[in-house]
Amino acid sequence: MPAVSKGDGMRGLAVFISDIRNCKSKEAEIKRINKELANIRSKFKGDKLLFIFLLGHDIDFGHMEAVNLLSSNKYTEKQIGYLFISVLVNSNSELIRLINNAIKNDLSSRNPTFMCLALHCIANVGSREMAEAFASEIPRILVAGDTMDSVKQSAALCLLRLYKTSPDLVLMGEWTSRVVHLLNDQHMGVVTAAISLITCLSQKNPMSSRPCVFSLQIVSSASTDLQDYTYYFVPAPWLSCKLLRLLQCRLVECLETILNKAQEPPKSKKVQHSNAKNAILFEAISLIIHYDSEPNLLVRACNQLGQFLQHRETNLRYLALESMCTLASSEFSHEAVKTHIETVINALKTERDVSVRQRAADLLYAMCDRSNAKQIVAEMLSYLETADYSIREEMVLKVAILAEKYAVDYSWYVDTILNLIRIAGDYVSEEVWYRVIQIVINRDDVQGYAAKTVFEALQAPACHENMVKVGGYILGEFGNLIAGDPRSSPLVQFNLLHSKFHLCSVPTRALLLSAYIKFINLFPETKVTIQEVLRCDSQIRNSDVELQQRAVEYLKLSSIASTDVLATVLEEMPPFPERESSILAKLKKKKGPGAVSVTELDDSKREAGELNGGGERAAETASTPSPSADLLGIRSSAPMSAAPAAAGSLLVDVFSEVGPAAPAAAAAAVNNDVNPILLFLVTFKLALSLSRFVCKNNGVLFENQLLQIGIKSEYRQNLGRMYLFYGNKTSVQFASFSTTRLCSLTLCPQLNVQSKPVEPLVEGGAQIQQVLNIECLTDFSDAPLLNIKFRYGGALQNLTLKLPVTINKFFQPTEMASQDFFQRWKQLSQPQQEAQKIFKANHGMDTEVIKAKLLGLGSALLDNVDPNPENYVCAGVIQTKGQQVGCLLRLEPNAQAQMYRLTLRCSKESVSKRLCELLSEQF
Amino acid sequence: MMRFLLLFSRQGKLRLQKWYTPLSEREKKKIIRDMTTMVLARQPRTCNFLHWKDLKIIYKRYASLYFCLGVESEENELLGLEVIHRYVELLDKYFGNVCELDIIFNFEKAYFILDEFLMSGEIQETSKQTINRCIENSDMLQELSY
Repeated sequence: MPAVSKGDGMRGLAVFISDIRNCKSKEAEIKRINKELANIRSKFKGDKLLFIFLLGHDIDFGHMEAVNLLSSNKYTEKQIGYLFISVLVNSNSELIRLINNAIKNDLSSRNPTFMCLALHCIANVGSREMAEAFASEIPRILVAGDTMDSVKQSAALCLLRLYKTSPDLVLMGEWTSRVVHLLNDQHMGVVTAAISLITCLSQKNPMSSRPCVFSLQIVSSASTDLQDYTYYFVPAPWLSCKLLRLLQCRLVECLETILNKAQEPPKSKKVQHSNAKNAILFEAISLIIHYDSEPNLLVRACNQLGQFLQHRETNLRYLALESMCTLASSEFSHEAVKTHIETVINALKTERDVSVRQRAADLLYAMCDRSNAKQIVAEMLSYLETADYSIREEMVLKVAILAEKYAVDYSWYVDTILNLIRIAGDYVSEEVWYRVIQIVINRDDVQGYAAKTVFEALQAPACHENMVKVGGYILGEFGNLIAGDPRSSPLVQFNLLHSKFHLCSVPTRALLLSAYIKFINLFPETKVTIQEVLRCDSQIRNSDVELQQRAVEYLKLSSIASTDVLATVLEEMPPFPERESSILAKLKKKKGPGAVSVTELDDSKREAGELNGGGERAAETASTPSPSADLLGIRSSAPMSAAPAAAGSLLVDVFSEVGPAAPAAAAAAVNNDVNPILLFLVTFKLALSLSRFVCKNNGVLFENQLLQIGIKSEYRQNLGRMYLFYGNKTSVQFASFSTTRLCSLTLCPQLNVQSKPVEPLVEGGAQIQQVLNIECLTDFSDAPLLNIKFRYGGALQNLTLKLPVTINKFFQPTEMASQDFFQRWKQLSQPQQEAQKIFKANHGMDTEVIKAKLLGLGSALLDNVDPNPENYVCAGVIQTKGQQVGCLLRLEPNAQAQMYRLTLRCSKESVSKRLCELLSEQF
Repeated sequence: MMRFLLLFSRQGKLRLQKWYTPLSEREKKKIIRDMTTMVLARQPRTCNFLHWKDLKIIYKRYASLYFCLGVESEENELLGLEVIHRYVELLDKYFGNVCELDIIFNFEKAYFILDEFLMSGEIQETSKQTINRCIENSDMLQELSY
């Protein structure tokens, strides 16, 4: 019990608390509280009210009374008032102004205790209004010579809080440099508090200070006048270099000392001793990993962690596994990490704590490469049989990815995935079984094996529905490859599949029906049996529309169509276009960014390239976005011929200009990272987004879970200005944010793009802006690329975007009468001046939409020119620095055929072509 | 940076809550619920760290009380554990062999001690002596004001 005796007020509270504790039931407690509330209302008691609130009951009165307590002369009342405000008052309360007044009084009271109370209150509430009121006052208190140490400490941290909530209100000034001197303070408490503030300030203002480099700060800050030591406006360059080098070797030395100390015998048996010592060690190791340049230190760190892997403290084993995960991604220490594989596998098997086992699984995933993939995958599979439900899905994804990434022979891959479905079918998501089908279809050397294995797997008495799906799909495509064996003759295959039919859900049944119709094509001898099945009431009169429709259509198809037609309709699936493994995307979505390390992704590009049989084709697909390319992988091209219309419209939705939802959906599926495969997908998507910006200047250029990039642009003559808005969607800051423009060699002499560097830090939830100035020198067809790099949670993010700068942006509209138009039209009659394209409408042929798009293009839309009122004609001049290119355009829609004919005639051949390409994607 | 510190009993009764970022009442209630269920479900002798959303959760049980600290992901777990321990030591020093009842009956003291130790989610003062002197001083003031 505290040494001080309590006053009357306190005794009342103690009685009340005892009463509450003596309450036998919730009802009794509520009754007692209501009585007390009535009591308090009549005679305000802040402390009791506070206790009630802290018990979890809502308090909707008393705020005003608490504010009055702030200005009390009695210390106890003031203290309770402040505590009440800190705990109860939201940052947006209307009382803030009154509270601010009281705080102001206390801050200027010169009484250190009152000042501290006031500072604590500001830090606890930390609202914008408070920042407005005190942001200039607190720095003064902080650096004033006569401020007490305790007040300094509070002021430093209070300022930190204000700076974090409203950085714009905390103005840097003369005090910033004086704050740095707090680090030299004799009082360790002041140093501790100040270092938090300085670290934060220096992260955000490279100018202000770098705590580790005090002296360097003096030479690198522009504000300090070093007189004759300033060499051509560079403050003391020689000294700076020396200092940096000193820092570098001091750092290595310091890290080595810490690693050495770890080997010394402990000075105390207390866990606090080892915790504090190891806290420093882990911090040093994370610094070593961060620098990633000292192989010697990295390996030593790895060995140290290796010792911890066998430590009897669970906490240390946990942390060692966690740190080793990041070490595994460094090329210097990857091999060293791999030497611990047996220990880690053992941890996965024997640890009692599920969170430690999870770290072990993460580490196995991180240390996996071609040399140990088989062992690791086998271990993970066997662990999966007993794994905790909470981590099964993630484990399944990881196994699927490793199997795909490091597959040397495909039979191993197929075996692994089928095993996965067998062991943990419930946790195998669509992405996983889609992927195995994609790969089997694209690789003809594995198809026979896959058919055989899946046939065997289906013979198990109880097999998972996902297995039936994979089985149905693969046998439907490649059942013929094993039909030679009498044990797996066509009818046996069919009967096997059909024996599972009634146990399956509707989507699986639908898939099986498609497999059956494929069987009719593959094996004409099964036709009668299958038609029988389709004809039976439970199919053809099924209450589910989809199943009924399939049964009816397939039945008709099989009885009407000739063998040739059937063979064409039910032909083997063409190879899938290559794309990022959807599984990887899913894992990343699940784990959040940063979970998949950089090297790993590089790696996976290489491997996946092999696995998918040629990145070349991938590149082709990337450059020509066809409207049939789908995001969902298999679904729309699967043999579900019954629903092409639905799939089609889905695609239109995804790619049409439905606003930010579209890129968001696409981004959700890909989550960009440094993975080049992803990059390909992103560029592919961006080719689409580029076309979204042909007819408009503003909108969302890109969006994923981390980052949103908005764009606003304006053009005049041959000049343009583009505003890019980078928004951080997370709550964590992006560090080392930078952008680089990449112009291809051909583009450089055509387009001149200038920009200033962006802020290197983007706070969580914040947005920064970048302005690009664009000058069109001559006509062009490429788009400039913008590369964006930043660190998010330690992982480097890298992203390349196409900037939507297209030639039509430099259009000047030209109004002209019908006569003039056709006269000029005839003048531009050389065949190479004309570009024409006839294409199918991708969107609805709504007049207003077409008009809006043509206007957005930048040229003048001319009414009453074309004799046919259905047609649209436009005229304009493209302004480049070197020349002006006159352009005439005619768009003839044919509503009946849902087709357009687009004709362009320009005074320059290349412009006609480019405009024709750009425009034909718009309608 | 630390985001919050919660103290709750084995029965899940909240004894102290401290938030270092502005959150709505709903969000706070949700976090409290998640923390109590997560931490109370842990077996003895398991490790003291958990991942929860983008935060690291560090918890430790002292007698009947659980101390649960939510920190940002770049923070050091072991040091977090020692933050909790130092706070317990501070309470212990003030109350003399602190128990849950001390914190219930003198919750305001527990808050004041915490405020001297941590502020804005950062360490303000780690010296036991200094903090105790501060608390004693304010207790003296309390005496005088009566």
